[in-house]
Amino acid sequence: MLLTKKHQNTVDSYIRIGPDDSLPAEGALLVTLAVWQDHWERLVRRQELIGVQLTSDEHPEIISDDIDHLDLIALEFPTFRDGRAYSYARLIRERYGFTGELRAVGDVLLEQLHYMERVGFNSFEINSSDPETDFEIASNDFTVWYQASGDQRRIATMLRLGEKDRG
Amino acid sequence: MYRYDEFDQTLINERAIQFRRQIARRLAGDIDEDQFKPLRLMNGLYLQLHAYMLRINVPYGCLSANQLRRLAHIARRYDKGFGHFTTRQNIQFNWISLTDAADIMVELAEVQMNTIQSSGNCVRNITADHYAGRARDEIEDPRVWCELLRQYSVLHPEFSYLPRKFKLALTGSPHDRAAVAVHDIGLRLHHDIRGRPGFEVIVGGGQGRTPVIGNTIRQWIEPRHVISYVEAILRIYNLYGRRDNIFKARIKILVNAIGADKFRKLVDTEWEQIRDTDLQVSTAEFERINAHFLPPDYENLTDQDDELATIRTQEPAFDAWMCSNVAGHKVPGYAIVNISLKAPGRIPGDISANKMEHVAELADQFSFGELRVNHRQNLTFVDVRQVDLHCLWKQLVALELATANIGLASDIITCPGLDYCSLANARSIPIAQDLGLHFTNSGKLQQVGNLTINISGCVNACGHHHVGNIGILGVNKRGKEYFQLTLGGSADEHASLGIRLGRGLPRAEVPGAIERIVDTYLATRLDSETFLSTYERIGIEPFRKAVYDPVNPSRRVA
Amino acid sequence: MAKILIANRLSDGLVVFYAADGSWVESITDGQLSYDDATADHLLAAGLADERDNQIIDPCLIEVTENDGKLIPVDLREVIRAHGPTIAVDRTI
Repeated sequence: MLLTKKHQNTVDSYIRIGPDDSLPAEGALLVTLAVWQDHWERLVRRQELIGVQLTSDEHPEIISDDIDHLDLIALEFPTFRDGRAYSYARLIRERYGFTGELRAVGDVLLEQLHYMERVGFNSFEINSSDPETDFEIASNDFTVWYQASGDQRRIATMLRLGEKDRG
Repeated sequence: MYRYDEFDQTLINERAIQFRRQIARRLAGDIDEDQFKPLRLMNGLYLQLHAYMLRINVPYGCLSANQLRRLAHIARRYDKGFGHFTTRQNIQFNWISLTDAADIMVELAEVQMNTIQSSGNCVRNITADHYAGRARDEIEDPRVWCELLRQYSVLHPEFSYLPRKFKLALTGSPHDRAAVAVHDIGLRLHHDIRGRPGFEVIVGGGQGRTPVIGNTIRQWIEPRHVISYVEAILRIYNLYGRRDNIFKARIKILVNAIGADKFRKLVDTEWEQIRDTDLQVSTAEFERINAHFLPPDYENLTDQDDELATIRTQEPAFDAWMCSNVAGHKVPGYAIVNISLKAPGRIPGDISANKMEHVAELADQFSFGELRVNHRQNLTFVDVRQVDLHCLWKQLVALELATANIGLASDIITCPGLDYCSLANARSIPIAQDLGLHFTNSGKLQQVGNLTINISGCVNACGHHHVGNIGILGVNKRGKEYFQLTLGGSADEHASLGIRLGRGLPRAEVPGAIERIVDTYLATRLDSETFLSTYERIGIEPFRKAVYDPVNPSRRVA
Repeated sequence: MAKILIANRLSDGLVVFYAADGSWVESITDGQLSYDDATADHLLAAGLADERDNQIIDPCLIEVTENDGKLIPVDLREVIRAHGPTIAVDRTI
């Protein structure tokens, strides 16, 4: 099940392409890093949506120069315990300036969605019988956060200043 | 101490609601144990040998009398009427029902306490010098920075799934009472040559199965940059710390693998990118938090040395308590009082609900309604008028809380061990009880002087055995408990790791072996040398002979 | 040697033993003993099913000796689980 930032179920329009697959002439593609590097010129010239999926061993700095060509970056969580992609997501958003779709794939658990949203993910592949409801609950657990992390939520220090202004 | 404002409170309340939902999902089978475990751990709930154990944060050791009363209530209503203070300045309850856990969170939230991240692979409760803000030798009070870092680390979206747990400790004194060199990050406030306060940053210390004294990767950093610097360290660790082997996942392994210099370069490069962002601590936020740590309304008093001397001459028990349990205060006429939770034969760190309530009353009466939990599993009143010391002592005597042994051989750090802990290989509490009684009965306690004995029931080293002057590690050999001794460890500003003395001993032989170690020290010490100084002067060999070859000291030890 | 199935109950975490009637009981004395592999396999299978059914956690078979009608696990860790801490839990401390 794929959820987008509007918290809607979405049909995944991307075709996944691994190293052994041939590149179709048409259609949105989500390719591995190896495919992206091997077929970079061809992929950039296609007038279709293009995304790259990185494993948790692949630091996104490798594609930081390619950000403008990409519509989607998918980051893998091989297990929910592997938290590297939280850092990758912040770098992709805050340092490399990516504004497209940032998708969490792999072992993506409902209880982690609020962290993922905060670091910049805006779509999620998730197993759930009722993902929209679950998402609505999980991403609204908190109204106060202490850390600025690139999303637009107002953090406690800002809220406190606001309080002072009102007072 | 810090009091929550509406935003802190809202977050804690929302956490309790979230955990209630997660528990309900678990009980309904919507999530399995594998998925639930990290969630309950990040709320301090472990499954131990007998039941669920709940670990409650006491942030950098600061506790109010009312919070202690609430802990007493929780002990009574939800557990078996007592709690256990730990080496991380926290308190644990041992028989907590999963179905009560969310209610307990609410009870805690009402008194501005929480269990967030007291376990899990995330930034744990931040610990600090329990004399912070009061010690005579202190350069700067670290508590404002503790609170800023506490808030920074709570529910951090990027750093809640680190390779392994992550512990920070802070001190602002030259004499290190917070063991900062054996933490993932140790921060020591000091002055540079121009007299400006800043943090020394020590990284990659730790105990466990691979004990390491941390490396200083920065001698001095402006306090306003401390959060960005911690973030840089956490990011490097999150990205490059090992995740393939749980035993090699702590930051110390990363620092050792690539070297402290390379690690520092990675951190500094990352830090350059983030140091001038919102992570910089603003003056306004510093002042807001600092207002919570202003000194209480001290009276204009003078030191009472002469008056106290008279009573001390008349009452040797009071004198002994004054010698070991009372420390100097930076304000004239006041004193710091330690309450030992190590009465001989008792369980180190344990305290009943009744006594919690009595201590809370005493804190209200004698120490502005606040107290500290310290990492040696005792309690501390930091603001006692010297004129009240004798009165306070008498009340503590009546409560059996006046054991005069702080820093002495019976003030033993002990993890819960195999009596409670699912990770333990051997029991540690009975060893502490044996030794506490042994030293008390031998009458050598005062004669031996300062000596730290630390006991862990497994290599995870929650009992800090590596940094005890005498360390005791419980192991399991072919189904039987044995205890390995280490000598020469220290957790202070000259932190060192103990050296293993020899083969493990059965429990019955431990008190005798410790006795021979102590006798060797007494026989060889020069003047007022401490155990550690004697050990450093004569080395481990005489002690080895005393323990393993007492009959014929000239024969070589196999 | 006799074996018994031990686990922690999900709802309160308490140590429990599998009983002959398929329930989980808090006293080791009321647990079902197995003296052969077939019974042991049956017990474990039942325990794993109850774990999947979210009643208990970590079911495992442990060896026990019988002494004057008292059941004592062989492993010290399991003795402590079955009979509580070996130290006096003193509520007046």
